[in-house]
Parts: sequence; C-alpha cells; structure tokens
Amino acid sequence: MAENNDDKIIEELANEEYKYGFTTDIDTDYIPAGLNEDTIRLISEKKGEPDWLLEFRLKAYNQWKKMEMPHWPHLDLPELDYQAIKYYAAPKQKKGPESLDEVDPELLKTFDKLGIPIEEQKMHVGMAVDAIMDSVSVKTTNKEKLAAEGIIFCSISEAVKNYPDLVKKYLGSVVPAGDNFFAALNSAVFSDGSFVYIPKGVRCPMELSSYFRINAINTGQFERTLIVADDESYVSYLEGCTAPARDEYQLHAAIVEIIVNDRAEVKYSTVQNWYPGDKQGKGGVYNFVTKRGLCKDDAKLSWTQVETGSAITWKYPSCVLKGDNSVGEFYSVAVTNNYQQADTGTKMIHLGKNTRSHICSKGISAGRSQNSYRGLVRVSPEADNARNFSQCDSLLLGDKCGAHTFPYMDIHNDTAVVEHEATTSKISDEQMFYCNQRGISNNNAVSLIVNGYAKEVLNKLPMEFAVEAQRLLEISLENTSSVG
Amino acid sequence: MLEIKNLHANINGKEILKGIKLTVNDGEVHAIMGPNGSGKSTLSSVITGNPAYEITEGEIIFNGKNIVGMSPEDISREGVFLSFQYPVEIPGVSMVNFMRTAVNEHRKYKGLDPLPASEFLKLMREKKEYVELDNKLANRSVNEGFSGGEKKRNEIFQMAMLEPKLSILDETDSGLDIDALRIVANGVNKLKSKDNSTIVITHYQRLLDYIVPDIVHVLYKGRIVKTAGKELALELEEKGYDWIKKEVDGE
Amino acid sequence: MSVEEQYINLYKQHADTIEKNSAGALNDARKAAFERFSKRGFPTKKDEEYLYTDIASSFAPDYGMNINAVDFNVNPYSSAHKYSVPGLSNRIYFVVNDQFYDKEQQPKAAPLPDGVIACSLKKAAAEHKDIVDKHYGKAAKDSKDGSVDFNTTFAEDGFFLYVPKGVKMPYPIQLVNLMTSSIDQLATCRNLIVIEDGAEAKLIDSIFAQNDHKFLANRVTEIFVGKGAKYEHYKVENTRSDMTNLSHIFMELDENSDALVNELTLQNGLTRNNVEVNFRGKNANLDLCGMAICDGEQHTDTDTLVNHWEGGCTTNELYKYVLDGKSTGCFSGTIMVAQDAQKTKAIQTNKNICLSKEARMYTRPHLEIYADDVICNHGATVGQLNNDEIFYLRSRGIPEPVAKMLLMFAFVNDVEEKIMIPELKDAIRMMVERKFRGEIESTCKGCASISACHS
Repeated sequence: MAENNDDKIIEELANEEYKYGFTTDIDTDYIPAGLNEDTIRLISEKKGEPDWLLEFRLKAYNQWKKMEMPHWPHLDLPELDYQAIKYYAAPKQKKGPESLDEVDPELLKTFDKLGIPIEEQKMHVGMAVDAIMDSVSVKTTNKEKLAAEGIIFCSISEAVKNYPDLVKKYLGSVVPAGDNFFAALNSAVFSDGSFVYIPKGVRCPMELSSYFRINAINTGQFERTLIVADDESYVSYLEGCTAPARDEYQLHAAIVEIIVNDRAEVKYSTVQNWYPGDKQGKGGVYNFVTKRGLCKDDAKLSWTQVETGSAITWKYPSCVLKGDNSVGEFYSVAVTNNYQQADTGTKMIHLGKNTRSHICSKGISAGRSQNSYRGLVRVSPEADNARNFSQCDSLLLGDKCGAHTFPYMDIHNDTAVVEHEATTSKISDEQMFYCNQRGISNNNAVSLIVNGYAKEVLNKLPMEFAVEAQRLLEISLENTSSVG
Repeated sequence: MLEIKNLHANINGKEILKGIKLTVNDGEVHAIMGPNGSGKSTLSSVITGNPAYEITEGEIIFNGKNIVGMSPEDISREGVFLSFQYPVEIPGVSMVNFMRTAVNEHRKYKGLDPLPASEFLKLMREKKEYVELDNKLANRSVNEGFSGGEKKRNEIFQMAMLEPKLSILDETDSGLDIDALRIVANGVNKLKSKDNSTIVITHYQRLLDYIVPDIVHVLYKGRIVKTAGKELALELEEKGYDWIKKEVDGE
Repeated sequence: MSVEEQYINLYKQHADTIEKNSAGALNDARKAAFERFSKRGFPTKKDEEYLYTDIASSFAPDYGMNINAVDFNVNPYSSAHKYSVPGLSNRIYFVVNDQFYDKEQQPKAAPLPDGVIACSLKKAAAEHKDIVDKHYGKAAKDSKDGSVDFNTTFAEDGFFLYVPKGVKMPYPIQLVNLMTSSIDQLATCRNLIVIEDGAEAKLIDSIFAQNDHKFLANRVTEIFVGKGAKYEHYKVENTRSDMTNLSHIFMELDENSDALVNELTLQNGLTRNNVEVNFRGKNANLDLCGMAICDGEQHTDTDTLVNHWEGGCTTNELYKYVLDGKSTGCFSGTIMVAQDAQKTKAIQTNKNICLSKEARMYTRPHLEIYADDVICNHGATVGQLNNDEIFYLRSRGIPEPVAKMLLMFAFVNDVEEKIMIPELKDAIRMMVERKFRGEIESTCKGCASISACHS
C-alpha cells in the first residue's frame, strides 16, 4: 500500500493554483441579508421545522446577541458586519429530489467538476456522500444500502422530520448553543448539514462523507453535523470543503457534534480546502468551526484534519473523555501560505478514569502567513491514570511567516502523565543539497520533504483522501522553495 | 571527462581551495588523499555545486561544459554523483519515493518519459543487489535510523540507480567495518566501466586495496601537491603525511 | 470601592511625601506611571498572563505602607549570619521591607573593586544621577502589567549595583530582603543593576519573612548587561505561608553577553515570578531556570517572556516544580523570535511532579516564531516519580520514602547544577533536603534563614 500510495504522489503536478475557484450559475433562493428574530423564524419556516427547534434557535440567538467575537492573542480576527451577510441560500430545485433526474443538471455538473460523484453510476463503491451546496443538502447517495444495516445517513433537515426524537435528544448536547460566539450563531441560523446514526453493534460498511460547497455570493454557510454512534458501533466519516474564488470574504461557521457511546469508535477526517484568498490576501473564507465529541466508556474518537484552505481558520476539534478508558486522538496538518492565518488545535478534556489522548500537530507556514497550534489538555480531579502525549511541530518555509505553539496543560490529578513536545525548524540546507545532488529540483524537494514531514498525519487518512491531501499540500506550497 | 583549472573556493569568506588543477579521463579511477582539513571534502562539494561554497576563480569542465555556477540538480543530471561523507536524514520521505523522483527528473532532463511504476520497482530490486541492501529499505525514510554502514551502502545503491558518468566517493570508508567496506567496494567495482570515472576521496589506504586507483593525488592546504601512481598510496600509508608537509612547507 | 481605588486615593493624598522620601529618576517616572496604573489597574484573571493567579485580590487587604519611610527598629546586621550563605563572602546588603538599610555596614566586609557602586537606589538617584537616569525604567518600559506601574508609582528606594566597564567582581554580592513588621505590611521596592561592557558580577537576591503578619512584596528589578558582560542572578525565596511575593525582573542583554537567572522558591505563600528578557545585541546567551518545591497551600506562578530581537542568541530555559499537599504550580513561558533574529537557538523545558491528589499544575510553554532559520524546541511534562525506578531502589534495600526522596533530589538536580556559586549550591541543596524531609514548616515564624529552619 505504501508504494502504491507513493506512486500517486509522484504524479507530475500541473502548475495549478486554487482549482475549485469556479462559480456555478444556478437559480438560488435567498433570504435577504441581515439577522434578527424574523430572519430566524423565516429560516425555520422555510424548512418547515417543529416549534422546539425554532425555540432552540431563538434561545441561541438571544445568547449570541450578548456575546462578543473572541479576541485571542496572536490571532487577528477582523470585525465582521453580521447584518451584511445572507443567512440562507438554497439552489432552487424541487423539494427532496427522489431520483437523480430531479436534481438540477447544473448541480450535478458542479459536483462532478469537484470530483464528487453523486450520480449512482460514478459512485465510489465504498463511500456514501451527502453533498451540500450553500445552505441545503443536494443529494445523499447510497442511502438504501445503509438503511439495510439500520444506519441513518441523511441531511439534518430530513432527520428533523423523520427522526425528531433522536435529533432532539442529541442536538446541542455536546456543543451547547451558548458554547462560544460562533457556535451560538450557528445554533441560531444553521441551515443544513448531515445526520448520522449508527445503531448498536453495527460497523458501517462504507466511508460516509459530506461534501460542502459554498457557491452563493455574500452568504454565510452554517452547517451542522450530528453523528451518533451507538454502543459498539463503528463509523469513519469524511468531510471535504471548497468554495469559489471571490474577492469578498465568505463566512463559514459550522458545528460538528459527535456522540460516541460505550465501546464505539468514530473516525472523523477533514480535508479543508476552502478558498484561501488570493496572493495579496484578498477574499477567502473565514472558517470558524466548533467540533466536539463526547466519548462514553471505552469509546474512541479520532480527529484527522488537513487544513490547506481558508483565509482564517479557527477550529479546535475536541474530545470530552467522559467515559472510563475512553480515547481521544487528534492528528492535524495545517498549511498556510500568502496571507492565510490558521489557528487550530484541540482540547482533550479528561474526565473518566484511565483515559488516553494523543495529539500530533504539524504546522507548515510559508509566504506571509501565520500558523498557530493552540491546544488544551485538562485532567480533572476524578480522571485517575489519565495519559496524554502531544507532539507539535512547525516547519517554516521563508522568513516572512510565523509559526506559533500555544499549549495549555491544566493538571488536577496526581496520577496523570502528560507530555508535550514541540519543535520549530526549517528545511535544512543539507537536506536541500542532498536532494539537489540527486537531480531533484527545489520545488520537488520541498514537496517531498513536506510530505515526509506530514506523513504521520496523512497516513491516518483514508486512502482516497490521503492522495488528495498530499496533492493539496503540494499545490498550497507551489513556488515557496525559492524563499526558503 | 573532468578538467579542473585553477579552482579557488571560499566558505564563509575563508579560502579553502587555492588553485586546484586536476584532469580525470574516461574510465580512470583517481584517489585524492591528504591530511585532515586539507580541503578534500570541500573539493567534492564545490564540484557538485553546493551553494554553501563560493567559487572565486577557475573552471570545472565536465564533458566539455563549464559547470561552475550550474545548479546542483543540473550538475547531478549531467552525470556527476556524490557519495556523501555524512548522508543527511530526511524524515518521512521514503526511499522509493525519493529515488523515483530523482530517476524521473534525470529522465526528464534527457527527454525521456517517466519510468512506469512496475519498471521502476524492478530497477530498484536489481540495483539493491549491488550492495546487498535488504528489501525493507524501500519503505524506510531516507537515511533515517540507518546504521553507518547502511547509509554508505545506500549511497552506492543510489549511484547504481542514477548511473552517473563521474562518481565522487567522499570518505566512503569512514565508519565502515571490514565487511561493509568490502560490500561497498564490490558495489563500486561492479559499476565501473570504461566510460565512467571515479574519484575516491579518502584519508586512508585501506579502501584503495579494494578500489584500485590509476592515479593518486595528495591534497594539502588547498592545492594538489603531489601526483603519482597507486604506489604513492602505499607510501603514504607507511610514512604518513609529515614528509609531504615538510616538503611543501619547507619550500 | 475597587481594589485599585484605595491606592489611587493614597497616592493622590501622599504624592508629595513619596517624592520627598525618594529622589531623581524615581520621582521623574512617578506621575506617568500613576496615570497608567489608574487606567490599567491590577491585572486580573481575565488577562492571559494572569490566568491562574488572582493578583488583584492580593492587594485588597488593608496593608500598612511605609510611605513616610519610618525607620523599622531592626539592625539586620546583628543577625546577618542567618541570611548569609555559609562560607560565602560577607559583602551583604539589606533591604528591610522596602527600605535600603544603610545605617551600618557589615563589619570587615570584603572591599569593593574600584568604581563599583553598591548602595541605596535613592542615594544613587541623587549621587550618580547620570547612570540612574540612563537606565531607570528603561528595561520595564514596555510592560503592560499594572503592578509594575504600581511599583513605579510608589517605590521610594531599593538596591543599586553598578559595575563599570571591564571590572570583574571577585565575589558574589548578597542582597537580603527582609520582611519584618508589627502590622500587615506592603513593601514596594525597586532595584537597578547595571553591568557595563566586559564586566562580571553575581548577585544572590534572597527574601525572608519574620513575624506573624501578612506581607505583600511587589519588587521590580531592572538589569542591564553590557556587551560581552557576564551576570548571574539568583533569586532565593524562603518565606512563609502568609507571604505574597510579586517579583518582576526585566533584563536587557547586549551583544555577546552571557546571563544566568535562577529562581529558587523553597518556601512561600503565594509567589508570582515574572521574568522578561530582551536580547538587544547579537550572539548573547541566556540561561533561565528555576525550581519550586511546594506543599501545603503554596502557590508558585512563573511567567517568563524571552524576546529574541537579534540573531545568533541562545536561550536555555528550564523550570521544575515538585508539588505536594494542596499546592498549585503554574508555568507560562513564551519565547519570541523576531523576523530578523536568524540563527536563534532556544530550548524551553518545564517538568513537573505532582505528589498528591490535590496538587495542581498548569503549564503553558509557548513559542512564537517569526524567523525561519532557527532551532526552537520546547517540552513540558506533568507526571509522577517513576515506579520502576522506585522499585529498583527498593530492590537494593532502600526504604520507599528514602527512595522517593532520592528520586526527587535527582529530579531537581539539573536546576541545582545551574547554581554556579558552590557555597550557594550547598546551602540550597541542604534546604531542599530539609524541605523534602518535611523539616521546613510553612507556618514557621521568625526563624527564616538561608541555611535552614530552627527545627
């Protein structure tokens, strides 16, 4: 497998820039820009939601009004005008397409162009996809096959209608509406997202995947993902994101909530490739995401992320290790170039006994970008025998960028063993010369070395994603070698 | 093959090479010997275009082309190979990936298509035989966690893969036990032909028992101070470098 | 009334008295500092730098402040032997609460080399105006910490050390801060240390508390180390559980200088150690280290900021905590490497052992890197003594408590190794041993000493 994988990496790379920057010309249903209680009632009404959900939204909205955008050291978050953003945009199509014939061909073309197969004949055998454009889910594939196992995989709007009890029970149970500024905003206005339920003892037979696409202009995307893995179940979930290249900033504030019940395991992988803005730092997606999972006894939650896109990334996929013997993992590669800012990391909250967590973060900065790891490991007084190991490495390509490491360790238990290690380095002249001496050009040498550096994380991704991720790293870092 | 004329080179403003003159013809094996700090490793770095060094004067003509100022990757693609004294570790980059990139870049330079994966892997298997490297090597990271002997065998393996016209072996014998030395030297000898040339840089005679030179040079204080046949190596082994130092410094 | 208000009013009422009891540069800086303090107030737990230590509430109780510079009726020299490191030179100076004691000198003190000035800062501000004016407030100027402004507002005196160009001090100087009073006391004291180009000096800066009263010390020490100069600063604390010790060290390092700061906290109440170091010239070296051994309800919080503004400099940072009882340890370390500071080497390590269920450790080892050609590593661990090692020692017949103690000694050993004065190293080792044996009581009164407690 390793060799096969490597073969693909070595494929010659065209000198491509952000290749998902096209827009789709499609009839879109908007709610006018601005946010107030009426907007929220309108969203809820459009989606035909039950009263309890409208109340959930309004309560979140009222909390949000009282909150401020986070201002953290070493992160430059611009003030946003929340009244200038549209909170709902949906490609016009007949409600709930029953077959592919009913899906607008422009939409199919869009996802085809993105390499996301939602037409049955082109589908990956081992993968089910929920494709989401702007505020709504366009199509979920392989539903029937999954249903046979009792697995629910659908848009969250559908879930609200068809499985209200499940949604009501778990929505907001891991990320409360008032958790933080962006979570409150999402809770008030979230439009769609994916819902997954894996019943007791079921191993999901294929990878589940959401594909998020922002298309509409001046529109925030606020999706919400809820994954419930019941006792002794297993699922691997993938998420991919792109957006058109626009000069205006685009806001994306999502929530992912995961419940991992006793002895269950969830793997959540992200390849985030939102439009990063142009070389001068104009445009791009502001990516403010709250991701958190709750682990019960003997449960395991593993986050893997490759973050190459977005003008600003603000996300800290976290594990609340509530159950005894539960395990949390976080593997991350974040690449920043030009004027991008990435502020990412994780929180590992050890509450149960014998809980374990592992953090591996690799930051790669180039251009004039800033790349920070920010993470918290907390061991509560009850969490006997907790173990954590964190490794946070930074690689600098060029002397105009920054690489920062901000770990926090709060230890309230004398049986804990918590270790953190971090290094900051650049590609050494010796390594470059060694590659050059074997005839390898600077660009190729940088991409080889960077991929090697990130390998520990890339190896955690499912195969199809790993290859895509490696290509992304290379594209993100094109032409940085001359600086280094 | 190679003609070096009046070569002067600096590192950090300090002159290390002070007028090297050297001619290597096709098919020849040259040994360059000399005491520590005489500039032996600098010479190999300068020929291969290491940007840490600055060439202030002189020419390096390789098969008719002056390669002074050429990028190290182009010098490599022209057919100059350096077996490093201290091969660098590159974590996470697998040998197979590394070599495949190198081989295909060489092919591209010659206007050839990249080698299909299966043929490439076959080539790797063949070439590994030269230095008795085991098959697990392909999946390991470049030089990472290799023993001293493995690193040097890995260098010769890469030489076999890239089929250079001129190979420079920089202190390839250092850190090797006698078995590893024999394996490495056999590898080099098997790769020898009348069309390619070798420069062996060494401090000691023992490698030259295995790789027999046609001509032996002594480098001292940045100049070649003595050139003779292979018997010079034996003489140096016996008498050390002091008599040469005296001869030169006495002048 | 906010905590700050009582002090704002106090200053407004007594600004003239404070000026009268001080001199020169200290007075010149006062008004601006007061305005900053009035605006900023004390740091709170909402400030990133004070997440774990509520310093404002430490200032809330009603302390006496010796604004009128009334004499404390003690002659510290009469018991100098208690505070002097055994076997070390007797060049010893005292600051009693916040007043430099200069009514007497240590008898038979070793002579000072020519040009070296060691005296009261107030006196220096008047008599060596050019030196003090040039340096006072300059190292602390970028501080955003309201408690530093508070110090500048109220400080009347402290210690001044000046070592001229090329002069190498042949022995370490000891500066003893003695907290002693018949009422709860707040001491605001200011030190200034100037080591000129090529000079060398070592200072042992220790603090002890007598009497059964609440003390709060808020000290600012500014240190300037010139080109090619060498300086070692040892901060030793052996106080009591009702002592709040807020210490700020600001250090400026010039080209090729070599500095060591070692903070040894052996017995305390609430301690907050701030260290800020700025590399102002190339190729300088900093060793920054410390240890805290805490039990009871001791709270030790260290916040270090090292700014590599210039290239080619090296920082070796090492802090170790041993926490027992209900004690709390906090370590925040930031190493910043500016864009132009290429070839920086920085290593930051924080290792901690928690010995009891209720001990707490918070650690934040932070790196901020803006240059690419650097080697910067950090590591932090929180854990326990290694059971395999304990077992190994026990299998050789060593009883468990002794085995544990041996391992604790081993744990702090590398910080002790950074004490370059052998006599001090011995004294500290002895105190560490007594502390580990439980022979130093946090409630012990009136017998503070460098060599040991009365027991």
